[in-house]
Amino acid sequence: MNPHRKRTTRLVVSLTAALLLAAALVYTSFSASSEARTPSQLRDAPAGRAYQLTGRVVPGYHREGDVLVFRVRDRNGPASAPTVPVRYAGAVPDPFRQGREVIVTVRRRGAVFVGEKDSLVTKCPSKFSDGQGR
Amino acid sequence: MLIAGRACLFLAVALCVYGAGASIVGVRTGRADLTASGRRAVYALALVLTLAFAILEGAFLRSDFTFRLVGTHSSTSTPAFYRATAVWSSQEGSLLLWVWLLSLWSSLVLARTGRRLGDVTAWATAVLLVFAGFFAGLTAFLANPFQLASPAPAEGVGLEPLLRHPSMMVHPPMLYSGYTLCTIPFAFAVGALITRRVEADWIGAVRRFALAAWFFLGIGILLGARWSWSELGWGGYWAWDPVENAALMPWLTGTAFLHSIMVQQRRGMLKTWNASLVLATGFLAILGTFLVRSGVLESIHAFGASTLGIPFLTFVALLAFGSIWLVLSRREGLRSEHRIDSLLSREAVFVLNNLVLVALCFVIFWGTFFPLISEAVTGTRASVGPPWFDRYTVPLAIVLVLLSGVGPLVAWRRVTPAGARRTFLAPVAFALAAVAALLVVPGVVARPAALLMFAFAAFVLAAVAQEVARGVRVRRAVSHERAPVALVAVVRRNRRRYGGYLVHVGMAVLFVGVAGSTAFQHMRDARLVPGQSARLDGYDVRYVRATGQLSSEKISLGAVLEVRRGGRLVATLRPSRGYYPSSDPGEGPIGRFFDGESTSEVGLRAGARRDVWTSIQPDIGPLRRLIDDANQRFATSSANVQALVVAGLVAHYEGNPLPATFRFIVSPLVEWIWFGGLVVLLGGLIAIWPAAAFAQARAAAARAVRARPGRRRGAADAAAPV
Repeated sequence: MNPHRKRTTRLVVSLTAALLLAAALVYTSFSASSEARTPSQLRDAPAGRAYQLTGRVVPGYHREGDVLVFRVRDRNGPASAPTVPVRYAGAVPDPFRQGREVIVTVRRRGAVFVGEKDSLVTKCPSKFSDGQGR
Repeated sequence: MLIAGRACLFLAVALCVYGAGASIVGVRTGRADLTASGRRAVYALALVLTLAFAILEGAFLRSDFTFRLVGTHSSTSTPAFYRATAVWSSQEGSLLLWVWLLSLWSSLVLARTGRRLGDVTAWATAVLLVFAGFFAGLTAFLANPFQLASPAPAEGVGLEPLLRHPSMMVHPPMLYSGYTLCTIPFAFAVGALITRRVEADWIGAVRRFALAAWFFLGIGILLGARWSWSELGWGGYWAWDPVENAALMPWLTGTAFLHSIMVQQRRGMLKTWNASLVLATGFLAILGTFLVRSGVLESIHAFGASTLGIPFLTFVALLAFGSIWLVLSRREGLRSEHRIDSLLSREAVFVLNNLVLVALCFVIFWGTFFPLISEAVTGTRASVGPPWFDRYTVPLAIVLVLLSGVGPLVAWRRVTPAGARRTFLAPVAFALAAVAALLVVPGVVARPAALLMFAFAAFVLAAVAQEVARGVRVRRAVSHERAPVALVAVVRRNRRRYGGYLVHVGMAVLFVGVAGSTAFQHMRDARLVPGQSARLDGYDVRYVRATGQLSSEKISLGAVLEVRRGGRLVATLRPSRGYYPSSDPGEGPIGRFFDGESTSEVGLRAGARRDVWTSIQPDIGPLRRLIDDANQRFATSSANVQALVVAGLVAHYEGNPLPATFRFIVSPLVEWIWFGGLVVLLGGLIAIWPAAAFAQARAAAARAVRARPGRRRGAADAAAPV
């Protein structure tokens, strides 16, 4: 092979590899991702699909054995905004408490949303900057 | 003081604008006095920002609540150590720390480079001052740390309990040092591209800074992981959180750059690639700061308000387009002087390693920004979790470890098949022996990825050992020294190479730890009352009794756990959960002691073979009735009586323990991660350490020889060797 053809071949091979990787990334990320939803968007979600629920914890959460039971309302919604119930088992991050913003992967089961194990994320408190909790 | 601090910030912005302008005008008109003035603006900036930072730090240490920031992030009851670190727990303080560090590093690089690179340095000065100006502008106008609190509160709210950890002193400043150091190679690359002086000179000037950036980011990442594992209650060290990824991405491209510059310095190849890598690293560092500080992506670390989003985004976009345009418009000068001769050569391995590192970085970039990408494409935000990341990063990491063993074994230009057989024989044999030994361990066969990682790590260790032994042998043949003396001499003569080898060893050990702890981890959540026990991976964990402690800072509710293996007591662990008082009066005079922030204290038994990790979630729900009752009954009592009531409640918990939820983890080889990380840092330190005086003299002489005539304007003084 002359050097020119060699270069071209190499370019084509590496570009193909890069394209394949990119295509795999695009395909898997869109199929494996879970959509982010706020409580008000989630109220009539179909059962079985996984959603990333983001919102604020409403006062009055409690434990039932291993299960943490809490309700979440829209992040910036008023106190009267609609809430959805969540039942969650797994690690509870330290900053979890009422008024905190949480993200949790949930699936609908009947009237409640069941959290995926260990999917609960509580944001590092930004209470000092957003005026919450003071 | 507030006014003095604010004045410092305005002065800093003015210095940046002036200095950048003077540098650019100076270099374009060939007026050396103006470029020198631009350089002095950087030194002045460092001075002014040091003053501003000292004023803020002083206010925190004195608990001067006329500073609004002090009242919202510190308190008189916060220990002095944490008052000092509370400065960077705030958005405003963090940005000030960032720009202050940038000004210090910029001064250092300019002082070291002097006039050596002439126009390149002048342009780099301008770029650094633009960066500093942007961040100084943010602190001066949008996130001002010197705001007046009126009226000044009598007491502050204190430092966020989660941040009360010794790592707070080191982890953020290390990461910020890393981020800011990334901008220095960026600035010099821009200078070299603008002046079309893309030979290896500028790389020599900034290599050490690139290495330092890599080093500090590495410390920051490692400390963050360690903090997470040994302190935070979730039981992991890496979560693919956007803020973690933000630090990892420039570290990966920085690692790629540190390898590929060797190819450019040796063989004059990969110039476009190197320039792109440096620009990408600087860009990713700024992007990382943006991610941490803007709250644009959902993250555990989303500390900040998002008022900085738009200016940051504009700045980041300008950086990206500017960098791409620069590389494209200068591509003629970036042509390679040579071609790769053979696929079995060190330069070819470096190219492969670069491709893998960049692919890793791209995968992480895609996953991190996927919420924004999917929102742009489909209209809804969606995100990918750790399994998605693992699917790509695991194979890439395995290949990377393999390459880190192959690299040291192959020579530059080309290797003959016979030579390859000779150098590869022993390391390959050692790796195979390791696999054979591991096959005996039950369960390993079921985890091929981990087994492959172990094999490649063994290969790396053997390859590096063989190379070092060869170096020592060659030296001894000439000098007839004893082996340890010869080893020190060999390393001292080529710190960069042997430091690099040590980094490879450390990374191999670190990845053994990662593979072991992810593939063979056992985890169990259990709800126990005292006397009950749970079994996990051959261990029996018994909940012996509940503990309750009251200190001036917090209430601690925990447990004493006895860990047994085969009937023998191996450890007594005391996980607990600390409850910090809330300042919200709505939670009642007693309830506020239980309803504030709470943090986990992990009970950990670390070992070379495995860590036993425990955490507790006490159930204080049943205490609630007593608390509510006490809230009403003691609402008007004195503070002393209320304290007694709280002590009584704690004693009640201790005496009448309720079921508590525990998490137990048995994770093999986690300690290898920290040990490997330390080895990596030691290797980095050896490579970074300034060479001895004679070596510097030699380098200066080499530069004098290389200084060529016929440069552009201002060549006469610029070419003078230092």
